[in-house]
Amino acid sequence: MNAPVIGQSIKRKEDYRFLTGTGTYTDDVTLPGQTHACFLRSPHAHAKIRGIDTSRARAAPGVVAVFTGEDLARARVNGLPCGWLITDVNGQPMKEPPHPPLAQGKVRHVGDQVAVVIAETLNQAKDAAELIEVDYEVLPAVVSPADARKPGAPVVHDSAPDNTCYVWALGDKVAVDQAFAQAAHVTTLEFINNRLIPNAIEPRAAVASYARADDAYTLYVTSQNPHVERLLMAAFVLGLPEHKLRVIAPDVGGGFGSKIYLYAEETVITWAAKQVGRPIKWTAERSESFMSDAHGRDHVTRAELALDQDGKFLALRVATTANLGAYLSTFASCIPTILYATLLAGQYTTPAIYCEVTAVFTHTAPVDAYRGAGRPEATYVVERLVETAAREMGIDRATIRRRNFITTFPYQTPVALCYDTGNYDATLTAAIELADVAGFEARRKAAAQRGKLRGLGYSTYIEACGLAPSNIAGALGARAGLFEAGEIRVHPTGSVTVFTGSHSHGQGHETTFAQVVADRLGIPVENVDVVHGDTGRILFGMGTYGSRSIAVGGTAIVKALDKVIAKGVKIAAHLLEAAEADIEFRDGAFQVAGTDRKKTLAEVALAAYVPHNYPLDRLEPGLNESAFYDPTNFTYPAGSHICEVEIDPETGVTQVVNFTAVDDFGKIINPMVVEGQVHGGLAQGIGQALLEGCVYDPESGQLLTGTYMDYALPRADDLPSFKVGTRETPCTHNPLGVKGCGEAGAIGAPAAVINAVVDALAHLGVRDIEMPATPERVWRAIRSARPGKKA
Amino acid sequence: MNITVSMTVNGKPVTAEIDPRTLLAQFIRENLRLTGTHVGCDTGQCGACTVHLNGHAVKACNILAAQAQGATLLTIEGVRGVDGGLHPMQAAFREHHGLQCGFCTPGMVMNAIDLVQRHLHPAEEVIRAGLDGNLCRCTGYHNIVKAVQAAAARMAADTTAATLKQGGQA
Amino acid sequence: MYAFAYHRPATLKQAASLLRKTEGAKALSGGQSLIPALKMRLADPPVLVDLGGIAELRGIRLEGTTLIIGAMARHAEVAAAKEVMTGIPALAQLAAGIGDRQVRNLGTLGGALANNDPAADYPAAVLALDAVIHTNKRAISADRFFKGLMETALKPDEIITAVAFPLPTRAAYVKFRNPASRYAIVGVFVAETAGRVRVAVTGAASCVFRVKPMEKKLAGKFAPEAIAKVRVAADKLNSDIHASAEYRSHLITVIAQRAVTAALSGK
Repeated sequence: MNAPVIGQSIKRKEDYRFLTGTGTYTDDVTLPGQTHACFLRSPHAHAKIRGIDTSRARAAPGVVAVFTGEDLARARVNGLPCGWLITDVNGQPMKEPPHPPLAQGKVRHVGDQVAVVIAETLNQAKDAAELIEVDYEVLPAVVSPADARKPGAPVVHDSAPDNTCYVWALGDKVAVDQAFAQAAHVTTLEFINNRLIPNAIEPRAAVASYARADDAYTLYVTSQNPHVERLLMAAFVLGLPEHKLRVIAPDVGGGFGSKIYLYAEETVITWAAKQVGRPIKWTAERSESFMSDAHGRDHVTRAELALDQDGKFLALRVATTANLGAYLSTFASCIPTILYATLLAGQYTTPAIYCEVTAVFTHTAPVDAYRGAGRPEATYVVERLVETAAREMGIDRATIRRRNFITTFPYQTPVALCYDTGNYDATLTAAIELADVAGFEARRKAAAQRGKLRGLGYSTYIEACGLAPSNIAGALGARAGLFEAGEIRVHPTGSVTVFTGSHSHGQGHETTFAQVVADRLGIPVENVDVVHGDTGRILFGMGTYGSRSIAVGGTAIVKALDKVIAKGVKIAAHLLEAAEADIEFRDGAFQVAGTDRKKTLAEVALAAYVPHNYPLDRLEPGLNESAFYDPTNFTYPAGSHICEVEIDPETGVTQVVNFTAVDDFGKIINPMVVEGQVHGGLAQGIGQALLEGCVYDPESGQLLTGTYMDYALPRADDLPSFKVGTRETPCTHNPLGVKGCGEAGAIGAPAAVINAVVDALAHLGVRDIEMPATPERVWRAIRSARPGKKA
Repeated sequence: MNITVSMTVNGKPVTAEIDPRTLLAQFIRENLRLTGTHVGCDTGQCGACTVHLNGHAVKACNILAAQAQGATLLTIEGVRGVDGGLHPMQAAFREHHGLQCGFCTPGMVMNAIDLVQRHLHPAEEVIRAGLDGNLCRCTGYHNIVKAVQAAAARMAADTTAATLKQGGQA
Repeated sequence: MYAFAYHRPATLKQAASLLRKTEGAKALSGGQSLIPALKMRLADPPVLVDLGGIAELRGIRLEGTTLIIGAMARHAEVAAAKEVMTGIPALAQLAAGIGDRQVRNLGTLGGALANNDPAADYPAAVLALDAVIHTNKRAISADRFFKGLMETALKPDEIITAVAFPLPTRAAYVKFRNPASRYAIVGVFVAETAGRVRVAVTGAASCVFRVKPMEKKLAGKFAPEAIAKVRVAADKLNSDIHASAEYRSHLITVIAQRAVTAALSGK
């Protein structure tokens, strides 16, 4: 019996190259004859372009070419497409205004691309970009979703005169209204889910080249899903057949959603590479990332929870206005709808839920999925309401949750999802123990003696991962399939290369996927290499987002492994002169049941590639199998987070002093990697709650948090060490029993933190606080709550 | 007008003619093709470009290559353990999963080595404060802190062992 | 970055002459503020004069009751220097809290003072300790050095050579940091030197300033409660997305009290 591989914290195969500085990120790629691109961006949030004079720039030293929106229009380069069609409450399709890669006629947010300069050196490109003269007629701008539909608000797109992309709803409004009419208690909250900037530490980058020899393009790009990038860019924007575009996403330095999308810059330089006949590199400066990466969240919500006298939830009513920014990013439309409203049941048996979402355009950067993508927003709605209701009704906060937990599975929610399995009580109990909630009152008293206010907050979240059954997604408006592809190549001597359509940009697939393969094939992990991120090498892929890689990509690999083993059985049966039905595959060998006669995987593989003694009449040589896997349901990771904060009442400074997360991710392949994913998610969730907030000036539309000088990204000394644990209810509908873990931390944490802050201040009469709960906001809440103090 | 700079990088002397506005990070990445030093921001906060300049951690994107004239430079490519394998800091990052996407990692490792060289047994608060010039978006820092603690213990033990050995020879 | 000519003179005299020769020429010391400004194309000096090769600008020494720190002393050197730790521990502590480790390994005292960023730490120390700024031309008292937003008494070809800090009997600096930039939203340096008390505030307004009502109260009784009711009016203070003027006004009193407490504890 081999030692188990699954469930082991095997050290990562990818680490050596990252630790020695020998990884290959996009900006590390340098091609012969390479030129450099600099994008001229709009300094205005909203302006008409009366004219662009590029003559001085074209004549500047080192300049190879200058292109504007007009050049692209002339070349019939299309706009960037949106991958999800939302149908509104009246059955009408959402508004889809054009999204030209370089602005045509108007600019619609600070940082909108106006022109590109391609030059011999980056400095020359930048110098020349300053020589482009753009005649702007500056127009008024609207940046806040709350203002976008006000009468007289500046219009972003003529095709959406009320700035509304769609009004969409989910749930039974009549049932909800009836339940509210009979409620013993109603808790209402209004809040903003703050706009965030993803900030993967590697800025976006692209290197595009064109080869006249075979009329084909190669694009190195910071992408989470190179096949989707190829499909969208080739088929929809540039009008190229896909086999003429190879997209390589090499080592990618974090994504968190922001590198899912097809962006203007890589599209423009891919097109331009043929025009100039030389490779072109573009790497975003961080200031450009702040302006032009797709942002996240940005909801304004009114939410109401109806309860009976015992604190049982009767109904939930939610009205959200979601900011989509100036243009529809690739998956923008499905985030505040399909990935948001469907999660509003949380872990609870709330029988009736109605959610209406109004999605608006504003003069801000596009908004799309950012770690969690809709699910943190839904969790925040539910968990802030639950905690507030508990306090208002005088019910213990854990008790009110337990009273409403779903306990029987499968469970059909009133908002479309069917949870296959879970044990919410178990994760909550474990979290309460790990967080030492019993000792909290003593800690609170000790803090008070030090002049600090201590608070504790819960958040029990659910997420839907493993996107997605393609037919369901299609019925909901997806314009793409959401399966995954995998290929297993067993080499003649029994080592294995795995080709996966999932993409790793920090998740550790090269290790965890190898563990899955090593476990199934009974071979050492060292004998398995994982290849990802290259449309030229991998059959197909839908990429990595929504915590889907192990659940969907991992399952595709398992399906391919099943085929490998099935073929191996046939080969072994031939070699061992036994009936196929008598061959068992176990511990890396094909064995005749009940005997010690066997052939190892390597022997079978050798026979497959050197088929001298081989059933060639019935079986192809070779041992190379691929599979596509389309999930039958979402997966439903869930967990309980408990946060403890201490507040300095004199300054309002809030410190997270304890954070506990107990999650149920189903089966776990590599606990070390899973814990790392949780830690990172928690940091982003705590960041949202206390530090991070994208701010546009409401008058000018200028981005006020455009560098790390103003956008507070969590640093090491902003965060505590985390206490994490897991409980396991295996997913029922994939062979690995896995659910996914990438987003959990970011989903559960914000509500836990804010619940803790409010808990610390509740005795002063504070009921809510806006994220991020900055020192000044906390100080103001304390001051305005304290009786006798001047406001 | 171009200028000539010379320095020693990872033990090797280098000389190049450069535009004066070349940042040290650009010089390392583009002139020397040592791409392990990464650039993650343009305002000197992220620390992905951290290298050792005359034995001190500095941000290579925040200094002109010209300012490093005559200096001794160590980049991630030059970091090694005594046996030529991973340095204890690199090994500890691997052991404790102190890295995910790897982009901030070289700068993080370079700063952490410098930190431990100056604080032999750093407490958690000292490590967290000492890493405030390096941004990581993946790990939440939890495992980075653990890695630095482990590496510090190992580096202290190695130093003690080396001292004892030297003492024994004397 | 815009193109510029680069010089690295070996003497102060050469440096001053290079600065004189070209209008708009700028001295480069540690570069931790200047380089980012150049990268963002916020500054366009035709000539950069790197002071890094001038030996006479270095060094830290105690002379009687005065601590003299060369202009090119790195923050990390000041933080670790025995002379500073024994002479003015509050100054060592301040230096240890500027920027981050990597920034402290390059940034210099002279550069920070010449730049006079409204949220920089050193100006508070220089003003509260009533230090004297020595240049290649003259000696300037702290009260006359800081002129306004990123503005000092320095002439275009004037180079800070050293700063002379009288040793205080007690002093402390407490900083309330901007969570994003880590610069001071409010930083207060309190010092008692030869029986006189000075309180300097950075981060809160367009330029470092003294709070004389606090100085007067503390001269009477050097205790935090003495200044609990002293407020700096919000109308002169900065207001931005991180802190309103009203909040800064509140913080000045809170942080000043904490600085007094720290000075009393001698830590």
